[in-house]
Amino acid sequence: MEILLALMTGVLYAAGIYMILRRSLVKLILGLILLGNGVNLLIFLLGGITKGKPPVIPDGPAVLGEVFAAPLPQALILTAIVISFGLQSFAIVLIKRAYKVVKTDDLDEMNTTDENA
Amino acid sequence: MFLWKKVMAQRILSIIGSSIALIFSIVLFSQVWQNGTMVIQAGNWEAPYGITLVSDTLSATLVLLTGILGLAISVFAAGSIVNARARFGFFPILHFLFMGLCGSFLAGDIFNLYVWFEIIIISSFVLLTIGGEKAQIEGAVKYFTLNILASVIFLTAIAVLYGITGTLNMADLSLKIAAIEDKTLVNICAMIFFVGFGIKSAVFPLYFWLPASYHTPPHAVAAIFGGLLTKVGVYAMIRVFTLIFTLDPFLENVLMGVAMLTLFSGAVGALVQRNLQKIFSYLIICHIGFMVAGLGMGSTLALTGAIFYMIHDIVVKANLFMVGGLLYRINGTSNIKRMGEMYARYPLLSLLMAVPLFSLVGIPPLSGFWPKLSLILGGLETGNYVLIGFILFGSFMTLFIIAKVWAEVFWKKKEVTNPPANFRFFEAHTQREKILILIPIIFLSILSLGIGFGAGPIQALSERISGELSDVSTYITIVLGEKSN
Repeated sequence: MEILLALMTGVLYAAGIYMILRRSLVKLILGLILLGNGVNLLIFLLGGITKGKPPVIPDGPAVLGEVFAAPLPQALILTAIVISFGLQSFAIVLIKRAYKVVKTDDLDEMNTTDENA
Repeated sequence: MFLWKKVMAQRILSIIGSSIALIFSIVLFSQVWQNGTMVIQAGNWEAPYGITLVSDTLSATLVLLTGILGLAISVFAAGSIVNARARFGFFPILHFLFMGLCGSFLAGDIFNLYVWFEIIIISSFVLLTIGGEKAQIEGAVKYFTLNILASVIFLTAIAVLYGITGTLNMADLSLKIAAIEDKTLVNICAMIFFVGFGIKSAVFPLYFWLPASYHTPPHAVAAIFGGLLTKVGVYAMIRVFTLIFTLDPFLENVLMGVAMLTLFSGAVGALVQRNLQKIFSYLIICHIGFMVAGLGMGSTLALTGAIFYMIHDIVVKANLFMVGGLLYRINGTSNIKRMGEMYARYPLLSLLMAVPLFSLVGIPPLSGFWPKLSLILGGLETGNYVLIGFILFGSFMTLFIIAKVWAEVFWKKKEVTNPPANFRFFEAHTQREKILILIPIIFLSILSLGIGFGAGPIQALSERISGELSDVSTYITIVLGEKSN
């Protein structure tokens, strides 16, 4: 399972970086989304995968007795997913707007701000 | 939020809100100054399990500066932001940005710091794009991509760190990292952090998004971006490399090398620009180099210089962008070749503008001089003569560039400009708007004069901060409670 997840993370990072290096705006956003998912998997993987019960403490004892799944990585990933979801929706609106205003989706042509005027 | 359409009410509320924030930050600062580091465990979950908010002297100082700039920029924005922008929620988003800034200065948990960073960037995206002009959108695309990339890298570093140590609380991390024998993975993780923060604080070679985007939004926004946003990256760097990772010779060399190249490329970049806002953008990059250099030398004296420089730079850079906005309003262009005769037309205003411009250079009694003195003494102490050379080069180039700006804008004969259609010159503003634009510039100029002439207390403050940063045991004890010893 770990090896599979490690490979998946690697593939997602590689594909994300490849997409970011493309010139099209849409592919840029897709690359960022892939990278974001890659990070989430990485947190999940490095948090340590344990087969166990959900970390809910029953009435009575104060600590968990049995093997349980670590709750923290899940909380982190959930937060990261929500944040990246917000950012991605903004990004999609932005590229639509950029396409309308600049009338191109080629990043190489978006260089009027670098002109020395 | 409830006054979405009532722009005037938004302006007044914004100023009142910033004043209240300033009062609270003064209270926080005086408490921390008297009683030392303060901690809140959110939800009463004890560290290292819960979310911790920590305010040591560095955090308190930066929150205080955020409060001061927040008020100044609210006032400036109230005078200079047109109604069309305000109707799209300019002021609420501006305050979200301030909230994110304060939060990230106070975060005592590395993941919490990430969340505050996201709040900062999402509000800065909105501020950057409100208005939707072509240049703004193009700048925003670059800013957006690089900042999301920086967040992803930051999050990767957090994941690796969590994998190594199994904790996220910064104080706890500090103990656990120190206990690790094999430093290879730790150093790799530190480098990932450095790249993530490096993009945010615009160090060489990761700065290209900054001059492409900082001159596009309204000047009030550029002021808060230039004053505080890049400094958040530097703050995070200082925090992570003093508290969590200890600087070994390898990291020090990387930091110093990057600082040299940042100083060099920022200064040379500013030299060829003609747009005032872009000159200031490149000077931001150049001066980030001073702070990274101070951190990289790894001596307490140099760190004192870096902290003092940060305090001075936050005030002066924000003021510079506001001055840039005022010059744009007066001249109808940001191109320094077309400006001119400012001194003949507005002698008093020119004297006012001279304060931030020459504070930036650091002509002796003004505020930029003292931190550079500490930096150079720190360099002599640690024997980094090449770095001193670059620091002097950076200062000299800044002097040259500011002198050029002064000669072009204030002395030269003015050329004919063709401002955009329905452009409102400064003279055409109402009396109230003029006052609202001028007050924050006067206020921040007095503040930077105060930092320059009353350098003693600021130096004492910086020394206390760098002392706290160099000896992290107090921080750890206070955050984790007595049981850690």
